[in-house]
Amino acid sequence: MLSYVARRILFSIPVLLIASFLLFTAVRATFDPTARLRASRDPEAVQRARAELGLDKPVVAQYQDWLSGFVRGDWGESSSTQERVLPVIRRAAWHTFQLVVWGVLISAILAVAVGVFSAVRQYSIADHALTGMSFLGLAMPPFWFGLIAIQFLAVYPRDWFGLTQTPLFFVGLRSSTNVGFGDYARHLVLPVLTLTVQIIASWSRYQRSSMLDALSGDYVRTARAKGVPRRRVIFKHAFRNALIPLVTVMALDIGALAGGLVVTEQIFSIPGMGRLFVDSLLEGDANVLVAWTVVTATSVIAFNLLADVLYRLLDPRIRFS
Amino acid sequence: MSDRRQWSLFLRRFLRHRMAVLSLLVLALLLIGCFGAELLAPYEKNQQDLVLGPVGPSSAHWFGTDELGRDGLTEMMFAGQISLRIGLAVAFIATVVGTLLGALAGYFGKLSDQLLMRLTDLFLMLPAIAILAIAIKKFGNSSTTIVLGLAGLGWMYIARVVRGQVLSIKEKEFVDAARVSGASNSRIITRHILPNIVGPILVNATLGVAAAIVTESTLSFLGFGVQPPTTSWGRMLSDARGTVGTKKAYLIYFPSLALLLSVLSVNFIGDGLRDAFDPRSKR
Repeated sequence: MLSYVARRILFSIPVLLIASFLLFTAVRATFDPTARLRASRDPEAVQRARAELGLDKPVVAQYQDWLSGFVRGDWGESSSTQERVLPVIRRAAWHTFQLVVWGVLISAILAVAVGVFSAVRQYSIADHALTGMSFLGLAMPPFWFGLIAIQFLAVYPRDWFGLTQTPLFFVGLRSSTNVGFGDYARHLVLPVLTLTVQIIASWSRYQRSSMLDALSGDYVRTARAKGVPRRRVIFKHAFRNALIPLVTVMALDIGALAGGLVVTEQIFSIPGMGRLFVDSLLEGDANVLVAWTVVTATSVIAFNLLADVLYRLLDPRIRFS
Repeated sequence: MSDRRQWSLFLRRFLRHRMAVLSLLVLALLLIGCFGAELLAPYEKNQQDLVLGPVGPSSAHWFGTDELGRDGLTEMMFAGQISLRIGLAVAFIATVVGTLLGALAGYFGKLSDQLLMRLTDLFLMLPAIAILAIAIKKFGNSSTTIVLGLAGLGWMYIARVVRGQVLSIKEKEFVDAARVSGASNSRIITRHILPNIVGPILVNATLGVAAAIVTESTLSFLGFGVQPPTTSWGRMLSDARGTVGTKKAYLIYFPSLALLLSVLSVNFIGDGLRDAFDPRSKR
């Protein structure tokens, strides 16, 4: 088990190195950190800055410099705000982390509940309705859902009920005046919902089909034949087995949430990683972009690894090899 | 079983999927409405009426007008041309490239297979939106760049599916039979293997259309997609973003609805195709 994890981590290091090198090259080729000096009167200003930043060296050498700084925690300086990159990323990641944790928690509970319910009542009216809803959910991209949700869950209810405030907030994660969990929750609902609507839909579909598979298993029939009560068979026998495939899909999807985060944070003005990406892209902030892509890729790899390990832990039939 | 009989069986199974048939109808209407916009649109493209300004839906302007007094329905029909064209073009290119590479990797295996799998791993690791946004920043945001960028990231899913299918089919007896009777590799792939996996390829191509429409509109929404005077549904939503929570929110509803309808109907058609190709599959 431990040796398996260690081997997987070792394998992901070269992948990460190659990926970060490609990203580094792409970002360097796209953005020029000295662009704002080009307008300067001093013809040598650009040259000086390039030498100072090491941009006159070949790209492999530049990458080496960057990498040796990166592993020591020196991620360079933001070219737009002159801040150190590491604290900038750390601050943004904290906001994103909150969204992801709440989002995953809520989607997991909802998706499992919906999936199990639909499977147990296969082809009932409720099952058909939930299936229809999940198709609808899958067709609603985050930016789409975000706009509509603000309109229908925040602005209209305020107008209809004549409230002074919207019942749910849609700017940032906290108000400056009203602190407390209630305020935090009212800020969280819409962005978390926006981020997770598609995920809830796809996870519940997944849970439904794996629950159906489990329910048609021989061991379920045996248990029923022995006279084990239906409820007990569903929850003790089938349910636990049906969770295994979902857990791996969940771990993979969490890593791939980044795209949805970019949009969600943009709509709800949350200063997280997604927002940071768009801002630095518009500013052409190369150092932030490189760090951003590497941090994102690392978290995706980490969640992939987690998915594999969990899968093997939950299902003893699969051996570590 | 003759080809004709197989075709009619396929058709019957597809027609049994009511949502898929309804979706086909909706999609056909959308396609006619958008690509026939030159003839069908109630107003000229980009025709402004600054005196009128933004007004809600009325009998003269069914979907209202925007800040510049342009007719919402007309703008939406023309924007749909771009959204749908990008979706179809991306799915087509991605399917052709993905099928080709997936089939080669699956059939010849070894190094080419390893190479393909590692390459797809690498790309699946990064958020597509981020790579696309950087690429568009570098190569400019014409429709061609966007189509190539989306296809460049979209072919991998199809390649993986095709590879998996080819891996299992190339072990079948009829492939061995073809080989001993002297068929060349290219003949075996195109004549014996690919016709057997038309189903999964077509289903994935359909889903690819929906994915491309959504990704394009997301890019446009973030400001990295098509630029004015070209508009897509995503671009219209991006322009209308500020109207959320105001009286002019109708500017959001109609492009959203078009987007939702097209994605939903394409997904349902894919679902219907899957059922029709593979009657054993559980829904």
